[in-house]
Amino acid sequence: MDKFILKNGLVIDPLEGIHDKADIYVENGKVIKIAERITKRGVKQIDLDGLVVAPGFIDIHVHLREPGYEYKEDIESGLKAAIAGGFTTICCMPNTKPVNDNPYITEYIISRANKLKLAKVYPIGAITVRQEGKILTPMAQLKRAGVIAFSDDGFSVENSDLLLRAFQYSNHFNTVIIQHPEDNYLSNGGVMNEGEVSARLGMRGIPNIAEDVIIARDIMLADYAGSRYHVAHLSTKKGLELVKEAKKSNIKVTCEVTPHHLLLTDRSIEEYNFSTCVKMKPPLRTEKDRKALIEGLKDGTVDVIASDHAPHHKDEKELPFEDAPFGIVGLETTVSVLLDRLVREGIISLERLIELLSTNPAKILSLPGGTLKEGSVADITVIDPQREHTIDPKKFYSKGRSTPFAGWRVKGKVVMTIIEGRIVYADL
Amino acid sequence: MWYKKDLLGIKELSQKEILTILDVAKNFKEVAARPIKKVPTLRGKTVINLFFEPSTRTRISFEIAAKRLSADSLNFSSSSSSLVKGETIIDTALTLEAMAPDIVIVRHSKVGIPHKLASILKSSVVNAGDGAHEHPTQALLDAFTILEHKGKIEGLSVAIIGDISHSRVVRSNIHLLTKLGAKVRVAGPLTLIPPGFEKLGVKICKSIQSAVEGCDVIMALRIQKERQGRVFIPSLEEYYEMFALTPQTLKYAKEDAIVMHPGPINRGVEISSEIADSPRSVILDQVSAGVAVRMAILYLLANVKEKQDG
Repeated sequence: MDKFILKNGLVIDPLEGIHDKADIYVENGKVIKIAERITKRGVKQIDLDGLVVAPGFIDIHVHLREPGYEYKEDIESGLKAAIAGGFTTICCMPNTKPVNDNPYITEYIISRANKLKLAKVYPIGAITVRQEGKILTPMAQLKRAGVIAFSDDGFSVENSDLLLRAFQYSNHFNTVIIQHPEDNYLSNGGVMNEGEVSARLGMRGIPNIAEDVIIARDIMLADYAGSRYHVAHLSTKKGLELVKEAKKSNIKVTCEVTPHHLLLTDRSIEEYNFSTCVKMKPPLRTEKDRKALIEGLKDGTVDVIASDHAPHHKDEKELPFEDAPFGIVGLETTVSVLLDRLVREGIISLERLIELLSTNPAKILSLPGGTLKEGSVADITVIDPQREHTIDPKKFYSKGRSTPFAGWRVKGKVVMTIIEGRIVYADL
Repeated sequence: MWYKKDLLGIKELSQKEILTILDVAKNFKEVAARPIKKVPTLRGKTVINLFFEPSTRTRISFEIAAKRLSADSLNFSSSSSSLVKGETIIDTALTLEAMAPDIVIVRHSKVGIPHKLASILKSSVVNAGDGAHEHPTQALLDAFTILEHKGKIEGLSVAIIGDISHSRVVRSNIHLLTKLGAKVRVAGPLTLIPPGFEKLGVKICKSIQSAVEGCDVIMALRIQKERQGRVFIPSLEEYYEMFALTPQTLKYAKEDAIVMHPGPINRGVEISSEIADSPRSVILDQVSAGVAVRMAILYLLANVKEKQDG
């Protein structure tokens, strides 16, 4: 089916300022026309009355685990999860085995993904060889192979001089440096947020300052180098304030937050009876931090919501809380929980959510998509804001099943995912 | 009357439940004084000591408690492995449960394991220490000992001195003592008092002198020697100088203040021999109380009443 008309949907494209009931004509992988009423003889029509049609969602923080950790996730299971969750494009972190620090790994990931014809994949390359924080990767070669940004993922680059060089070098390509902000000396050994709850539970805490000092330093380095800096999964009030201030000073900084940091706090560890589905990095913070992140969504400081989809094997996540690996899955829950807990509850508008999930990620990483403008790529996500369902990890396509959202009754669901004019997922 | 299937922590207990345990323990205390130290109360019941962390005294105390109640008690020790290989803790627990024990006593070096097992097992679970989280039977035996010597807990001032961060004893004791109306102060190297600890309802003191001043009860915690020389304590000598219970530091406490320690003690580290061996030391009374308190807990859990609906 290389051409079809999406009929009667509520089309929302924040970039183009569209918020109307309209028809969309798709042909040869492109959005050809958006109008109040489109009819074409012999062209299939798909009725989307009562549904919302948005530019395809983009998750810029995903762990696909392949190559090397296929027992946790592989490219195929991860991309099936992505399309079921409404994501037409994802960016995968370089912490594979081997690390994505050379063009061969980048090419491997891209060619695997291309063959699958599921969600589109733009890998994020490592900043340093083997993510060891010692030697810069061949960034130009990685860029040529298809890397879209650079990050050492879970390993913050500790050496300030090296990070400065990375910023300077990234200017050749106008590429973003993404940092997981964590001072490993300050967080060493911590398994949850440091505060009242960790004090009571007797578990080693990861203080907010472990995150804040790196954000502060990195903003200064990025400013000094005139480079673009993106803060991954920001979780603290102070971190957000630092980003807000930097933006006011026209420093090229952007940030993302995750659904779990927006919806949960460190109290969950007791509420979930020490389940490892609430163990991730950064840890779930306090209500004060959570509220600040919500404020950041409203006032525009937060640019992107990303899932930090980090699948692990069931046996690993069944270890004692203190021993289990950090990370939970998110591709198949993000849109539903955000529709239910943010949009339905009136915290942010649907437009704003689409901006956070599509417009802004496309803009920050210069990715195709993020808009339904005539002539643009036909990456489209259709959601049913009224569809009620219960989140059931047993139905996930991802191999990872650990999520704090399991069992949540939510209203709002992805019902169709279209990539380059192909309907890759439908649950109408 | 007792309605809880498990004893996981003091935090979940009401004041009434704590007093029930202490009352029942009082009745069992005299069993130790009999020539034949056995009552038939738990005949036919099976108690498993499931210890994933080395422990001699707590395990033996539970074992004696079970035996004096005529329960069949057996030990299962296993080193806890943090690696994913072989049997998980859950596998182990389910295997044991297949043999239909009535009560499983669990100690583990990691927080939350007894809680996890309690949610899976039909047997009652007793937390005999989980990581640095809780050690409820220790707090109960400490309270029992304080009551024996002071006749009350309400209104007392209790100082707890030592490595606060890594102690499960301190957390259970704080929950218990504050629920029964005592005032608790803690002191120790500030590197070993986690941020936010004051939210537990205790006063944090910078010196042992200010902590013990006017106190009725002083509890020293064991200092793990391996903490020395890392980021927490520069040296054990310095620790002794700053925080050990000695005749000099105890001058500031009430004259009749008692000295407690969960054991095993490190003479010359957190407590001087003069104090450990002095009449004000009630450390061995704590050990005796441990058996009575654990008998009480086993007895209550073996006779759990189903709570009536409505």
